[in-house]
Amino acid sequence: MNTEFPLWEVFIRSHGGLQHKHVGSLHAVDATMALENARDVYTRRQEGVSIWVVPSNAITASDPADSDAFFEPAKDKIYRHPTFYQVPDNVKHM
Amino acid sequence: MQQYLLHIADNALILGHRLSEWCGHGPALEIDMAMTNISLDLIGQARNMYQYAATLEGDGKTEDDLAYLRDVPEFRNVLLVEQVNGDFANTIARQFLFDTYHYFFQQQLCESQDPQLAAMAEKSLKEVAYHLRWTSEWVIRLGDGTIESKARIQRAFQDLWSFRGELLTPALYETEAVAAGVGVDLGAIKTAVEQKIFNVLDEATLVRPTDGWMHAGGKTGRHSEHLGFILAEMQFLQRAYPNAAW
Repeated sequence: MNTEFPLWEVFIRSHGGLQHKHVGSLHAVDATMALENARDVYTRRQEGVSIWVVPSNAITASDPADSDAFFEPAKDKIYRHPTFYQVPDNVKHM
Repeated sequence: MQQYLLHIADNALILGHRLSEWCGHGPALEIDMAMTNISLDLIGQARNMYQYAATLEGDGKTEDDLAYLRDVPEFRNVLLVEQVNGDFANTIARQFLFDTYHYFFQQQLCESQDPQLAAMAEKSLKEVAYHLRWTSEWVIRLGDGTIESKARIQRAFQDLWSFRGELLTPALYETEAVAAGVGVDLGAIKTAVEQKIFNVLDEATLVRPTDGWMHAGGKTGRHSEHLGFILAEMQFLQRAYPNAAW
């Protein structure tokens, strides 16, 4: 029997207006405990203003073996990068 | 007033020290960190209170003098907080009984006519609200959990129940602090504290132990043997190397 608590992925929003970012994972029996554990483990140094927890098994990940087919074709398409635009100075978070 | 401040600070310091003994020994990393966080909150609250008490005392006294150079009979903490950690259920039951009291205590202390005390209480209340939330959650999980966890938390409440009375029975300096408008009237928070305890016990499907004889004495310096051992460890450095600093 597996006696380990299920695994959860933790996402933290560091400031209002920014996106939640993946910061790590932890063990908990349910969402309530996962949220409290995330608060205790990942926000001790004022890292965030909001927390998301997601059961790890709810995440579908790409297979590293598919990397070539998935990611290689984008490599030589430089024209997809918006590097030919001037970004105004007061546009943040670009 | 001095006694009153020491009472509040000593409760937080001794319980914070007890919890810190779990550091590195928690049942899981997440729980270990949660207990250490609570311990640090409490020690932080104790520091603020000692600093305030030291200024009132004058004479060049510091927070360290109050924490490290008083002996057992001079400590004013309740007996509950010096009791041993035992197993995890025992620690949770002890913490929960203290947190229920501590939450409503700090809430009332926010109304103190002493602006410094009121400000400290406002800061502490936010921390204590989380402590209470965390321990309530664990009482419910253990009580409404497995046969083993239920038996352990039930036994823990049985063992610690008689330490509950002292929390809500005022010592002379508390009555004086209330009369001066700076302290918390324990009679006024009694119902709220008990209601919270009973609600959580009910939700945890635990049996409420019967009120019988209650321990007393910690508030006036008559402590159990445990406090001596705590102080021996906690005060060792300052006693062996007076005025040692980082």
